[in-house]
Amino acid sequence: MASLKDLRNRIASVKATQKITKAMQMVAAAKLRRAQEAAEAARPYSERMGAVLANITQAIGGGGDAPALMTGTGRDDVHLLIVCTAERGLCGGFNSQIARLARDHIRRLLADGKQVKIICVGKKGFDILRRDYSSLILERVDLREVKTLGFANADAIARKVIQLFSQGGFDICTLFYSQFKSVISQIPTAQQIIPAAQASAAAEAGNAGGAVYEYEPEPGEILSDLIPRNIAVQIFRALLENAAGEMGAKMSAMDNATRNAGDMINRLSITYNRQRQAQITKELIEIISGAEAL
Amino acid sequence: MAEAFKFELVSPERLLVSEQVDSVVIPGAEGEMTVLAQHAPVMTMIKPGVVTVKTAAGKEERYVVFGGFADILPSGCTLLAESATHVNDIDRADIARRIQEAREDAADAKDDESRARAEQFLSQLTTLEGALLPA
Repeated sequence: MASLKDLRNRIASVKATQKITKAMQMVAAAKLRRAQEAAEAARPYSERMGAVLANITQAIGGGGDAPALMTGTGRDDVHLLIVCTAERGLCGGFNSQIARLARDHIRRLLADGKQVKIICVGKKGFDILRRDYSSLILERVDLREVKTLGFANADAIARKVIQLFSQGGFDICTLFYSQFKSVISQIPTAQQIIPAAQASAAAEAGNAGGAVYEYEPEPGEILSDLIPRNIAVQIFRALLENAAGEMGAKMSAMDNATRNAGDMINRLSITYNRQRQAQITKELIEIISGAEAL
Repeated sequence: MAEAFKFELVSPERLLVSEQVDSVVIPGAEGEMTVLAQHAPVMTMIKPGVVTVKTAAGKEERYVVFGGFADILPSGCTLLAESATHVNDIDRADIARRIQEAREDAADAKDDESRARAEQFLSQLTTLEGALLPA
């Protein structure tokens, strides 16, 4: 049985831990607000981009001059997975959820005899996937030094992906990230970005307003510039959603931890008090029985 | 007074401008163009340059953009810029860095087409720098 001193030390250390988790929770809450604002500020751009894209696809009418990034190579032998996770842990199941989704996907692809390549964005996903698929990982993008996510970060990743595509490095590219639903719910999502999902573009084209545009330069040329940019925008959006999701997950994880620490302190205090009382009673009995013996 | 229309300048990070304006000068890929209300629908690429906005209130604002798209409709104009900054906030070191990068791109280019593109981009950037320096 632990002595009173041990218990006292234990309580003190749990209290210290509780203070840390509490502080982390508050930091996460502040960061979450900023991340959410950033995600919201980025929304108009991707929405308008979608509208412009739909407009142009309509103008071209799916003709033969659509770039390969949009139509794909026509094969699906080599898959590239971009797995976006957080740089830091202590955020509950956030990273492992994304990694699990990616791993299931990889396993299915490998079982079908496809070739898989992986680009990891964020340290945690890399750490998890490295265990099983280290030979498939092409690259790991490190964003730990990045204080505020800029479009430039996403653009750099997109450029690598597009370069790889133009060298014939892969046929289909899927982006894994966590969709930010609310503070307590983040949904790991797989989104195909190359070739761009045609169905949604076609659906949007229907209500694009139907104005007859003049194009400067040719629509095909605009499109070939627009598609790579759209990929960067998709990645940027994924990164922002991830950042918000990470902070949300961290906030609720730290909230749980703080509460657990509180419960633990309560339990330990009760044990401590009981033991102290038992010791006092014991001492009293000793004194009284000593007095009676006289 | 000229008729006002809605102008929006959006960069991936945020919405910079969204207001009623009299006219906007856009550095289009095939030459500068001034957009007024009731402009015919045009979609154009943008080269690095300065966007001049004349607001309905009579103020004139200038923004530096680095490439992007403009979507012009009779009812309004949306500019999707790859990156945009107000002229007052522009960082000369940032332009210098972009020029340096463009130079490296041009030097690294493998085929003629990409080299031509990189060089064109570089010359647009240097023109922009020249235009901004006296400001």
